[in-house]
Amino acid sequence: MVLFRRYLIALFLLLPPFCIGPAQAELTIRITQGEARGLPIAIVPFGTQVPVPEDVAGIITADLASSGRFAPLESTRFPGMPQTLDGVDFAQWRAAGAESLVIGQVLGTATGYNIEFRVLDVVSGQQILAFAAPANDRNLRLTAHRIADLIFEKLTGLKGAFATRIAYVLVQETAKGKRFTLQLADSDGANTVTLLSSPEPVLSPAWSPDGTRIAYASFEGRRSRVYVQELATGARRVVSAEEGINGAPAFSPDGSRLALTLSRDGDPEIYTLTLATNEYQRITRNPAIDTEAQWSADGRHIFFTSDRGGSPQIYRVAAMGGEAERITFEQGNYNARPVPSPDGARLAMVTRVEGAYRIGVLELGGRRDFTVLSTAGLDESPTFAPNGQILMYATRGRGGSELATVSVDGRVRQRLNVPDGQVREPAWGPFLQ
Amino acid sequence: MMSRMHHLAPIVLLACGLAGCSTSPEKGAAAPIDDRAISSAEMDALDGARTEGVADPSRLQGGALDDPASPLAVRVFYFELDSSEVRADYRPSVEAHAAYLASNGGARVVIEGHADERGSREYNIALGERRALALRRQLVLLGASADQIRTVSYGEERPVETGSDEYSWERNRRAELIYEAPR
Repeated sequence: MVLFRRYLIALFLLLPPFCIGPAQAELTIRITQGEARGLPIAIVPFGTQVPVPEDVAGIITADLASSGRFAPLESTRFPGMPQTLDGVDFAQWRAAGAESLVIGQVLGTATGYNIEFRVLDVVSGQQILAFAAPANDRNLRLTAHRIADLIFEKLTGLKGAFATRIAYVLVQETAKGKRFTLQLADSDGANTVTLLSSPEPVLSPAWSPDGTRIAYASFEGRRSRVYVQELATGARRVVSAEEGINGAPAFSPDGSRLALTLSRDGDPEIYTLTLATNEYQRITRNPAIDTEAQWSADGRHIFFTSDRGGSPQIYRVAAMGGEAERITFEQGNYNARPVPSPDGARLAMVTRVEGAYRIGVLELGGRRDFTVLSTAGLDESPTFAPNGQILMYATRGRGGSELATVSVDGRVRQRLNVPDGQVREPAWGPFLQ
Repeated sequence: MMSRMHHLAPIVLLACGLAGCSTSPEKGAAAPIDDRAISSAEMDALDGARTEGVADPSRLQGGALDDPASPLAVRVFYFELDSSEVRADYRPSVEAHAAYLASNGGARVVIEGHADERGSREYNIALGERRALALRRQLVLLGASADQIRTVSYGEERPVETGSDEYSWERNRRAELIYEAPR
């Protein structure tokens, strides 16, 4: 087990009016399962000539390990600690079992740092990537994640998603009762920022496709309302305050509409709301529960949960409305909260397996394989990394609710928790622009 | 009689605030509903809502609504697993609340619907609403006006028991009837 401690850096520019500042509770990440079947890579600690507040190579190592596609070598197996090409003896690294090697230095500059790094193919002895990235104290971690993304992309051919953010709900007991906060953090749980703090429940954060806004449901005033909040300014507006349920918002892929659940017509139905005009369009018409809408990647369909067949199952309807088509048949009698993968090939959901609520992934094409990826009993709220390679969800640990990640191949598992609070409702943001 | 009853709603609200609102029918097992007493001031700050003070406490003489022996004392209605049917044994209480609302046109209640923690959160919001609406429907059938009753579903977000066991789940599958101060 490896423990990485994360530290808070206040991003004051992001603090909205309702914000109480950075949360005291910081997320700690813990690897609970790591199968060493990925690419053996050695990431040598970067040389420094000035004090550097972050372990850049350590961040890159943790990122790559979390994907399941890399098996970083323990530093005790390193034959040396080279920082430049001159110091690399490829034969020694081949003997140590590394196929790729990352070396680098963090140099001081007038405005901060310049991170120079190289990715070397140990087998051929060739340099396959060399880069210099400027950074400062504020974006040093982000820059390390971007370097991890570059390495991931170069070696796997897939886009990296480490330089991304997650939103989630933190619940803490205070002297005045429960406090619900909507939090933002880096994909590894570092740099937490509070977006909203409320004595009433907050749930279902959903990102706009461009990453500039978050929609959520909040019970301020003891009524459910859906809000859309700008991340840069903290300004927000109520977009839906109908009688009954206002919940489960999801941005359309073009960001112009929200799908959401309203019960103003007597029972929970899926609607779309055009944000520019505040016009609703009702999508489902069924006296059963219809909720948890999510757009297909191409924006043409909406997946949702309905119990119209007697138990909750996943359905799909055209985004303009029409006949709904049932998607889950042979995955048991409880399937809810459908979440399409970014490429549209898979659908993650909450599924009940012998009384346990777990995260299942259904292949939408061809053989419709169904894989149950989580292992606990009260798992919920799945969300894909924007490159589709990691699934995050809420689970229970010894201290209560925490977040879990699993690589989509099931090989690598991590937990993110806070010592004095419950974390849940993760929503993985899009690629940073 | 009518005018005296009319004053009872605010008195009950005060009694709830003072006593921590032990609304559960089973005495002793009642859990204080922690959000109610603590958050009103914070709510005011958040949304600008104002609740006015209530009657002089010296006038709190007791009456139908705060008599623990009255069927009106039942404010929490528990539900079976996967069910939104108001249990038959609550009939006397449902009738009493409906009669109270019918004869006190100014009285207002909020019915909060709740679910246990299992399964998906937004789906549980929908399940909680079904329970709140089932209770509301019965009250209206028995004479209350639909305008007097607002419903809100918290799903699994406001449990009274935090355990992950049958007992806690049973206690959390509930609808709560809360009398509001007139505005």
